[in-house]
Amino acid sequence: MTETVAREVGRARPRKEDAHLLTGQTSWTDNITASGLLHIALLRSPMAHARLTRVDVSPALERPGVVAAFSGADLADGLSSMPCVWPVTEDIVMPDHPPLAVDEVRHAGDPVAVVVARDRYAAADALEAIEVDYDPLPPVLDLESALADGSPLVHSDKGTNRCYTWPLKTGEDFDAVRARAEVSVRRRYHQQRLIPNAMEPRAVVVTPVAASGEYTLYSSTQIPHILRVLLAMVTGIPEHKLRVIAPDVGGGFGSKLQVYAEEALALAVARRLGRPVKWTESRSEGFLTTHHGRGMIQDIEIAAKSDGTLLGLKVDLLADMGAYLMLITPGIPLLGAFMYPGIYKMDAYDFTCTGVFTNRTPTDAYRGAGRPEATFAIERTMDELAAELGMDPVELRRRNWIRHEEFPYTAIAGLTYDSGNYEAATARALELFDYDKLRAEQADRNARGDTVRLGIGVSTYTEMCGLAPSRILRDLRYAAGGWEAATVRVLPTGKVEVVTGTSPHGQGHVTCWSQIAADVLGVPFEDVEVVHGDTKAAPQGMDTYGSRSLVVGGLAVHHAANKVVDKARKVAAHLLEASEQDLEFTGGVFSVKGSPEARRTLQEIAFETFSSHDLPDGMEPTINAEHVLDPDTFSYPHGTHLCAVEVDTETGQSRIRSYVSVDDVGKVINPMIVEGQVHGGLAQGIAQALFEEAVYDDEGNLLSGTMADYLVPSAADLPEFVTDRTETPATSNALGVKGVGEAGTIASTPAVVNAIVDALRPLGVQDVPMPCTPERVWRALRSAQEARS
Amino acid sequence: MIPPAFDYARPGSIEEAVRALADGGEDAKVLAGGQSLLPLLRMRLAFPELVVDVGRVPGLSGVREDGDTLVIGAMTTHHDVIHDPLVRRHAGLLAAATATVADPAVRHRGTLGGSLAHADPAGDLPAVVLALDAELVAQGPGGRRVIPAREFFVDYLQSALAPDELLTEVRVPKADGWGFHYEKFHRVAQSWAIVGVAALVRRDDGHIAEARVALTNMGATPLRAHAAEEALAGAGDAEAVARAAQEAADGTHPAQDTSASPEYRAHLARVLTGRAVLTAAGMG
Repeated sequence: MTETVAREVGRARPRKEDAHLLTGQTSWTDNITASGLLHIALLRSPMAHARLTRVDVSPALERPGVVAAFSGADLADGLSSMPCVWPVTEDIVMPDHPPLAVDEVRHAGDPVAVVVARDRYAAADALEAIEVDYDPLPPVLDLESALADGSPLVHSDKGTNRCYTWPLKTGEDFDAVRARAEVSVRRRYHQQRLIPNAMEPRAVVVTPVAASGEYTLYSSTQIPHILRVLLAMVTGIPEHKLRVIAPDVGGGFGSKLQVYAEEALALAVARRLGRPVKWTESRSEGFLTTHHGRGMIQDIEIAAKSDGTLLGLKVDLLADMGAYLMLITPGIPLLGAFMYPGIYKMDAYDFTCTGVFTNRTPTDAYRGAGRPEATFAIERTMDELAAELGMDPVELRRRNWIRHEEFPYTAIAGLTYDSGNYEAATARALELFDYDKLRAEQADRNARGDTVRLGIGVSTYTEMCGLAPSRILRDLRYAAGGWEAATVRVLPTGKVEVVTGTSPHGQGHVTCWSQIAADVLGVPFEDVEVVHGDTKAAPQGMDTYGSRSLVVGGLAVHHAANKVVDKARKVAAHLLEASEQDLEFTGGVFSVKGSPEARRTLQEIAFETFSSHDLPDGMEPTINAEHVLDPDTFSYPHGTHLCAVEVDTETGQSRIRSYVSVDDVGKVINPMIVEGQVHGGLAQGIAQALFEEAVYDDEGNLLSGTMADYLVPSAADLPEFVTDRTETPATSNALGVKGVGEAGTIASTPAVVNAIVDALRPLGVQDVPMPCTPERVWRALRSAQEARS
Repeated sequence: MIPPAFDYARPGSIEEAVRALADGGEDAKVLAGGQSLLPLLRMRLAFPELVVDVGRVPGLSGVREDGDTLVIGAMTTHHDVIHDPLVRRHAGLLAAATATVADPAVRHRGTLGGSLAHADPAGDLPAVVLALDAELVAQGPGGRRVIPAREFFVDYLQSALAPDELLTEVRVPKADGWGFHYEKFHRVAQSWAIVGVAALVRRDDGHIAEARVALTNMGATPLRAHAAEEALAGAGDAEAVARAAQEAADGTHPAQDTSASPEYRAHLARVLTGRAVLTAAGMG
């Protein structure tokens, strides 16, 4: 094994990506054009649930600039149902999901017709000419009544709105431990639906080559590789004739971990017309049709001893699938199933999730995907238990968490956490937060009866990320694997190309993979280029989601670079007439121990493998190496977050006064990128606690369908974050790294809500539903006041 | 986000603009800074046949004095209003409230006249000109017409302007000697006010001699809180102000939307009126 000198890893390198992003030299999908390009617009259902009795697109054909128009029936032949690759149980109900509705629409925004025109304006105008008759059906909107006998059905042919029920029981029997518990706390929490808002809306361009039957599809996607496989299946276009490119992609947060109907339709239309086509989502269209996140009802019960020792945990979930199963819709709650016990030791765990169909936009992955929901429920309930016991919430956690000397530790849900130090992260967070001083101020305000109360919220977490060991995915009935591929090529001039199967959309892989490769190869950071996001240039990959890119894809780069060094060592030994064991490799130079003048640089060796004039017998020319890594285990970052909130009891307004996060993501490749990930994650988690919610009316219309009604916070609405790290290296991988992309989102939501409830608990408030809007806080205060008087 | 097709006129003078509006009739819309109209067009919530862009009409922006009155051109941008020395000296309430409008990009494009003519009760400035007892000057084919602010806001998104009238200037009586405050309550910095309260207070011998209170987003138009205004006269301490503020929601009919219920808005109007008046009176 080569001794790596870390000159790059650990450095806060400014991102290589930023120069072109900041100077507008980007190629977003919507910037891509082709001669003869046609524009697609979609007519969408204004109703949540209706039979389609007539779709007549012919009047649209009369409109200026219109080239073609299609109904669902017109395109049904060449397109199969949209894919769901995570059938979580054997008896899961998998309804048909046509890319374009044929006889029924099942959520507001479900597409019913396509117009193809010479420009975007003509296409949008012609939509108004299409004639559609809707025969309204009763919408299914409430998760509990959807399961009741006699409920209207989202998919009448299936006879039920129940998609699946997935149980997990580990350790002792929960009822038995509850029987011996001295205290138990049972709560219900609602995870409101969230609507992902990437900076760049979705967009797709397809350019066909009629003569060869080849198609290039550009998409604002997180998953070019998975997309290629699945679009080949949906459209019947042979996989080797389909090239997928993810150009510059402006964010995803899980919303672009998807195979969307518009991508399949763009291919179908391009195939039908033999012309290049483009579709770009408008923001309000995105609110209706880009998949949503969260959407669960959580019933949670903790059983404990009176000294706070946890005995068992029971969780019953209802998870809103929405109208259809998208790529991994059913599996999202399962990513949380293993995380409800969090960082705590206990004897019994009993989990059940029931997936429910509703006439709303389908749900799927959104930053954290299942794990924020789980962390919220356990951390909120831990605070409730602490209140019940009259115990400091930090102390309650301390009494129950896995101690650092107990790692590796197999937690109650069956996962083995490789490493962690919850004590260290918590101690650092308390110190930065000035916990005792804030508690004193809180007591003082309470004593004075101040109209502005102070609350302190704590949240500890771990999460399973770095998706994922392929065998575990098999056990969870996920259809694909969790490996990642990397190729490292040293070019004849000594410059380096790293080809990765990850597909960055804002994360900074180009910078980080350059840092990793530069250290292993001993070449300058600037000499490394990273190739990604094109199935022709980077043919193998599993793409980017689930905080997987570094711990799977970055590791693959590390191992591939080491394979290059291994081969280079053989060439160096041959050229220097020394044995491999006698060679040292530092700073990109091989030298013979004891005779430092006998040396060859990696660049010289690269040229030698190119010319191939003098290679060892039997060695193949060139010096490239590939590594495909299937991880042995998940990655388990952890941390402790503390939040202080001031609540104005007259208006109900909550203001975050201070926020401290201490995350442990193991070894860090680039601290600036880690800090950016944490900041963005905190903003998104705080947004769930305070601001964001998909609101529907009783008919299933989305009321929060624009940025004016769906409140995405900006920097002006967020506090100055204090972020710090502890560093407990992962023992499960060669770099000691853990995932970071979702950590901030997972931890921050419960920290904020715990703080609000902590502020109001002396006034009789036990909970405020999310988002904790001023009105909801005001109503909670008023109900508490009425209950007391 | 694709607007429907419309005709576009860019007149070079007030007269040309009025003529274009007269020709367009009910189906013409004035484009000022575009910060309200363009989103409505892009979301296909407005379908004008003709858009009359008054962006190049000379003489519609800037601030001047006319005796005891400030005359503010309708096309003066929010940014210019905020930074204008005359506005800051004589109509501080307007400068302060304008600084809370949306975000810097909007404030550089959006105009005072455009915001008032749009007559959105959730906009901050309609309530402010109502509190200031301003007058709005319109130019039509028949000539110039002066409309008091209290008559200008007719209904939701509906002003007293005739389809062929152009709002040209806003006349604001100098409010020298009045304390002022605009209390805006919103959930995120860039969102509209759930409720806003514009307060002007004249004090005499430690007591409130006269108070004017106007409410944002408490009905289909901006509203004066007359009952609270009357009750505030003579108030000498915070307790008396809070008592008077209890009447702030009287006669209002606030809407239900995704941000708040009518009941909560009424509660906020009372709380915020108390706060706005105390601050305006220097008693807070």
